Amino acid sequence: MSATVTALPLSEHPSFAALRELFAQRIVVLDGAMGSMVQTYGLSEADFRGERFRDFPHDLKGNNDLLCLTKPAVIEEIHAAYFAAGADIVETNSFSATSIGMADYHLESIVTELNHAAVACAHRAARAAEIATPGRKCFVAGAIGPLNRTLSMSPDVNRPDYRAVTWAQVVAAYTEQTEALIEAGADLLLVETIFDTLNAKAALFAIDEVFERRAVRLPVMVSVTITDASGRTLSGQTTEAFYNSIRHARPFSVGINCALGGRAMRPYIEELARIAECHVSCYPNAGLPNAFGGYDESPAEMAAVLQEFAKAGLVNLVGGCCGSTPPHIRAIASAVRDLPPRQPAASAPALRLSGLEPLTA
Amino acid sequence: MTATASSSASSFLVVGERTNITGSPKFAKSLKSGDWDACLAIAKQQVENGANIIDINVDEALIEGEPTMVKFLNLIAAEPDITRVPVMIDSSKWTVLEAGLQCLQGKGIVNSISLKDGEAEFLRRAKLIRRYGAAAVVMAFDEKGQAATRDEKIRICTRAYRLLVDLAGFPPEDIIFDPNILTVATGIEEHNNYAVDFIEATRAIKATLPHAKVSGGLSNVSFSFRGNNPVREAIHTVFLYHAIRAGMDMAIVNAGMLGNYDEIEPALRDLVEDVILNRRPDATERLIVKADAIKAELDAAKAGGAVAAATPVDAWRNDTVEARLSHSLVKGIDTYVEQDTEECRQKYPRPLDIIEGPLMDGMRVVGDLFGAGKMFLPQVVKSARVMKRAVAYLTPFMEAEKARAAAAGEAPRAQGKFLIATVKGDVHDIGKNIVGVVLACNNYEVVDLGVMVPCDKILAKAREIGADVIGLSGLITPSLDEMVHVAREMKREGFTVPLLIGGATTSPAHTAVKIAQEYPHGVVHVLDASRVVNVVSALLSPEQNLAFLAENTARQERQRDEFNARRNKRPLLPLEQARARRQIYDWAGVDIPRPEFLGPKVFSDVPLAEIVPFIDWGPFFSAWELHGRFPQILTDEVVGNEASKLFADAQRLLTQIVAEKRFTARAVIGFWPCNAVGDDIEIYADESRSTVLTRFHQLRQQMEKPGDQFNHCLADYIAPRSCGRLDYCGGFAVTAGHGVETFAAEFRAGADDYNAILAQALGDRLAEALAELMHKKARDFCGYGRTENLAMEDIIREKYRGVRPAPGYPACPDHTEKPVLFQLLGAETATGINLTESCAMSPASSVSGWYFNHPDSKYFGVGKLGRDQVTDYAARKGQTVSTTEKWLGPWLDYEPA
Repeated sequence: MSATVTALPLSEHPSFAALRELFAQRIVVLDGAMGSMVQTYGLSEADFRGERFRDFPHDLKGNNDLLCLTKPAVIEEIHAAYFAAGADIVETNSFSATSIGMADYHLESIVTELNHAAVACAHRAARAAEIATPGRKCFVAGAIGPLNRTLSMSPDVNRPDYRAVTWAQVVAAYTEQTEALIEAGADLLLVETIFDTLNAKAALFAIDEVFERRAVRLPVMVSVTITDASGRTLSGQTTEAFYNSIRHARPFSVGINCALGGRAMRPYIEELARIAECHVSCYPNAGLPNAFGGYDESPAEMAAVLQEFAKAGLVNLVGGCCGSTPPHIRAIASAVRDLPPRQPAASAPALRLSGLEPLTA
Repeated sequence: MTATASSSASSFLVVGERTNITGSPKFAKSLKSGDWDACLAIAKQQVENGANIIDINVDEALIEGEPTMVKFLNLIAAEPDITRVPVMIDSSKWTVLEAGLQCLQGKGIVNSISLKDGEAEFLRRAKLIRRYGAAAVVMAFDEKGQAATRDEKIRICTRAYRLLVDLAGFPPEDIIFDPNILTVATGIEEHNNYAVDFIEATRAIKATLPHAKVSGGLSNVSFSFRGNNPVREAIHTVFLYHAIRAGMDMAIVNAGMLGNYDEIEPALRDLVEDVILNRRPDATERLIVKADAIKAELDAAKAGGAVAAATPVDAWRNDTVEARLSHSLVKGIDTYVEQDTEECRQKYPRPLDIIEGPLMDGMRVVGDLFGAGKMFLPQVVKSARVMKRAVAYLTPFMEAEKARAAAAGEAPRAQGKFLIATVKGDVHDIGKNIVGVVLACNNYEVVDLGVMVPCDKILAKAREIGADVIGLSGLITPSLDEMVHVAREMKREGFTVPLLIGGATTSPAHTAVKIAQEYPHGVVHVLDASRVVNVVSALLSPEQNLAFLAENTARQERQRDEFNARRNKRPLLPLEQARARRQIYDWAGVDIPRPEFLGPKVFSDVPLAEIVPFIDWGPFFSAWELHGRFPQILTDEVVGNEASKLFADAQRLLTQIVAEKRFTARAVIGFWPCNAVGDDIEIYADESRSTVLTRFHQLRQQMEKPGDQFNHCLADYIAPRSCGRLDYCGGFAVTAGHGVETFAAEFRAGADDYNAILAQALGDRLAEALAELMHKKARDFCGYGRTENLAMEDIIREKYRGVRPAPGYPACPDHTEKPVLFQLLGAETATGINLTESCAMSPASSVSGWYFNHPDSKYFGVGKLGRDQVTDYAARKGQTVSTTEKWLGPWLDYEPA
């Protein structure tokens, strides 16, 4: 962590110390995909609805976050499978659990409850895993995903200055989610799959406000999505420009997930590994998309790529995104087990600005 | 920057001041009149001039600050050329600063906060700025006022630093002090040391407050010499020279107006240095004397017309209105075109004179540069956009004039009229649209009938408007036949105007051999849009017309001879002999993968973001007549610059298309059990092979080949029924075309052909990429794709096992196999692609074909076909020889009866 950044007069959540210790020892393992695991259960509309939403006037199938309430056993089982595979941290099933994300399903009103349930599912799995292996520590990361409305881009070709959502709305949505995740006992927060940095900045802004209100800070992990071989986010920033944009939030880790398979991420992970003063994470998709809209890099293939990264000293936290499964995580965990974690870049206090491109003075 | 080139500070940052309402009268005027395009142009120009950061300030009594700041920042966010650099949000109102902070995805700078409103407010704002993730300019200002002396500046900055770092947890590297650059040489003695105070305060701040930066607004220092730019520039340069040495990190300046310390006239430089460094009491008076002399010289020169005093970038605005229009056209700048056209209208007697005069002159320059390879198609299309705007502006005036003339009984004189259409059965129109735009901007009246236009409609319209030239376009091979038909009909109906032929499938040889002989009044093949203006102008010029046509006829004569000579020299092998020379496999040892499913599988809405990585950009540039390999083309010595701009525009539009889901991508793929029987592929209802669902008929190469090569046919890649093993083949139909036309039409409605064509070209790229993506899935379904382990680059270069030839293309040139494939796939229902009577797919951004899995399978061209094979093929297909010959026209090695 940056030595130049003065600590705020806020107490640190106990998970800070525990995670620092873990990250100092070894490369830490995150879980894999939730969506593709849910698919294997072949749940129906009725399953998604459960008893509670049986007569809900809108379709709910596909609202995976809702399963935390209507099929909690399924979600807990998936978390448990990842812990059993060797994950140290699992992400709560709350990727879209914001008022803006839930608006598609007309479920804005249950956002807080949804996040509470998401943390509870993960907690039960974590506690069970800890009991099964005495001395083991399992962590729950509150997952905060992107929104389907963006602050940097106009959805209307004829009005480039138009925005479909305001800063205040985005901050309000993320505030509600963050409050709920922390309240329910998440050990850390993970702002992930960032394709518009301004939305992410609004999330980090909301998180910082919540920390201040609650007078406690949790570790915050940040993970961006590089869309394609251009090496930029969907909103046009390069990797370093993105890092400069979020560095102020003093993330516990910064990294890349989704969109690409691990192999294609290499140059951008290298870039982050070079500049980041915090830990670096990488949880790619399981290769290229296949015909089912799924991904099928084998566990061995995926693990081999992440092992290369680990051998090159690029990563502190590895896991999987779309298409990865417990066998993937098991292979990854075993592939990086004996490799040393990356050493964070020396803190070099500099004025790090950015537009779409970085400017460091 | 030149100022820094002469200094030791290599990392000095230039903050552009021209988007500061107090720093640029032009920006102020544009902003007040709501001319956002002009505001954006100023911002862009600053970045082009080398600003590392742009300062944005909209503080003005009559402007509502918050919404104006938000709107401008949001507009900038859509301009990658501007938003690549960080923004400095500048306002004296906190609410404006905060509104601006909510629009920046990058890390910007807030300018400014200070202790003016007390510690509590200062800290509150600092905390928010940190939370927003920005750096802050901190003015040397406190509750009592602005710091003027060195000691005051240091005292206030130090106090602010301690508060920020110790109490607010503000990162020291994100603090930028502005210790106030105040005006020198005012005649007031106590101002004489202001520059020294700033420079010395800077030195102390940098030495004692770790990681903090120092900035300042430069123009203030020379305010006494306003109106005398050479002297102001010298003062700025000298001031920066010393301040940078003392540790100044950045300055708000006019990025285009910085000089080089070493290049200032030594006498002037000494005088300026005396003032800046406060070296002698009479320094101000001495500089004033020198400044007056310089001013007098300048005025004299200006009166003599020898010096253009404005900044070089805007110098062209001082030219004559004709030169300005020409500049706008050549550079594709549409900012001033209406204003300049109006100025011309005041000057010229008739609107048409402006079009035929300055506008055409400008477009002639564009045409010449284009013809000489010094301008490229994307630029020409942008020029066309400017021309269109000018013509649109003049149109109402011309209409009025026409009405007056008609009232006076005069007949209006028509310009050259060009009728263009994509022929019946074909839907491809990117090339046709480009030709239309290029001609229209050369002031031909272009009537575009669109796509799938039947012959009778083309001819009727040509009569109706009195077309001077008719142009036909087509991409698929059956269109060639349709063009022959149009040529015949033109002759039969007694047309005498020249006929132009163009499009990807056309060729000079086919035009010479097949079309030119059907119509005696000139059939000219036009290779690409860059040639069309020369061709049309020659055809319509009474002086050149005859010579041009004679030359064209002679050339086509030669091409016919060559064609016949070639044909006679290399006779084809008889079909039986060609079949004997097929590639024969030991089928017992060939890997035949069994697909995971049989029958069709529909992908009703493939996310565009998933398709994008599969785009092969090479052909995109070819569509714009920029030739070279991707990505090397982006750095190509000749076209690199334009290719990069085009690519950036394409990326921007593509991002929008993906984000707004403008196109819908749909696909269907299928696999069936099959065997080869002769040159046909039998498709079975199931693996029992008891029912033949349909047959795919294939054609075989008949050219003479060396002994170690084979005469290929796609059927050879499928296990023959006689070998006993069951084989599988696949098929696909994909489209990214739903939405393309609507999107392009939106642009066209705004006279923006450039983006319209761009949208269509991207539709084609996405369709091809979708085909690549589905092929990847198909290989995965067959198993072997799972282990192929290829980088995206290698996938795009098709380095995988298997091929996906498309009916109508070289390996299987018969388009009529497409309906068979479509029926098997249920492709029309699954994807919304329809087949025209020529078997073209509509929407145009669609691809279909077969999958062959054989490890040896590759693409080849069937080449010319002999009468024996065509007769045999017709019998296999159960259709007449003459129908078959019609569809395979371009591939026949003989003259059909």
